[in-house]
Amino acid sequence: MLTVVGQDRPGIVAGLTDALYRGGVNLGEASMARLGGNFTIMLMVESDAAAEDLQRLIGPFAAAHSLRVHADPIEGRLHEHVEPNARIAVHGADRPGIVAQVTQALAAAGFNILDLDSGVGGTADRPIYVMTIDGHVPGGTEALERALAPVRRSGIEVRIEPIDTLVG
Amino acid sequence: MAVLDVLVYPDVRLKKVSIAVTSFDEALRRFLADFDETLHAMPGCVGLAAPQVNYFHRIALVDVSGKPGIPHNGRLLLINPEITEREGEAVGREGCLSVPDYTGNVVRATRIRVRAQDADGIYREYACEGYEARAVQHELDHLDGLLFLDRLVSRRDLFRRKVYR
Ligand SMILES: [Zn+2]
Repeated sequence: MLTVVGQDRPGIVAGLTDALYRGGVNLGEASMARLGGNFTIMLMVESDAAAEDLQRLIGPFAAAHSLRVHADPIEGRLHEHVEPNARIAVHGADRPGIVAQVTQALAAAGFNILDLDSGVGGTADRPIYVMTIDGHVPGGTEALERALAPVRRSGIEVRIEPIDTLVG
Repeated sequence: MAVLDVLVYPDVRLKKVSIAVTSFDEALRRFLADFDETLHAMPGCVGLAAPQVNYFHRIALVDVSGKPGIPHNGRLLLINPEITEREGEAVGREGCLSVPDYTGNVVRATRIRVRAQDADGIYREYACEGYEARAVQHELDHLDGLLFLDRLVSRRDLFRRKVYR
């Protein structure tokens, strides 16, 4: 798993993936996000090379663009998708502890987070926090309604909806 | 009767536009029997389009009656179907027998009216909503060589969930 972080600018993904492609490395699943003006990417790569060799491969590009690179050997494979069956959408005035409060309630209900995406919007003096979580909960969304009731009472808007993936 | 093989993307045949059914004959009847058996052999699958089984005629079958608590028309055989009205939009998650191990979010109309012929060539009209409407739109796309992959939206679009035009 390659993790690359740095100041965002156009062309980083192109530069990184080109260096990997030229080095004979196969790419798997990836997630890139711009977080607070920073470029971040996590990238599954497949290669016979050791983690240090991967670092060397993208080292020149990373150095030229002040990117920090981290490589971890992982066991992960492709075709390991788990289908989410619930989505939680949360928004409210930003304050410390929202994510912890929501995710602790979800964990207590046995919810497994598969995808989490959050952002801070609004204005600098009145920021709002928006978060979407997809995941899998055994037994469906009813357990989540109960688990998240205290979160709602604390003034956070929470929408819970089942995800029923259509296959056709 | 037989369970037919399903074409799997990136097979280019899935991009073909299917032609209209013109003769409602014994050959069609035989195909429909196999087509029906194929859909019901796929657990959890709520629809199938003829081009998915390498038969490039405008035929789709939708059956969401196995899902509890949703409105539906039962088993819907749609030959030469056309959507005559569409209303609302919603994001929902879709997968496809022809695209194994990948699902994604797609925007579809929430209510539609479909006009289609049945196995005897008789025109019928159906009103579909929600999950069934989504299934019909997914299958009809196959008849035009489109996959849900052609319509994926990013997860940021989730907040557009219900927009009425
Ligand atoms: Zn399909």
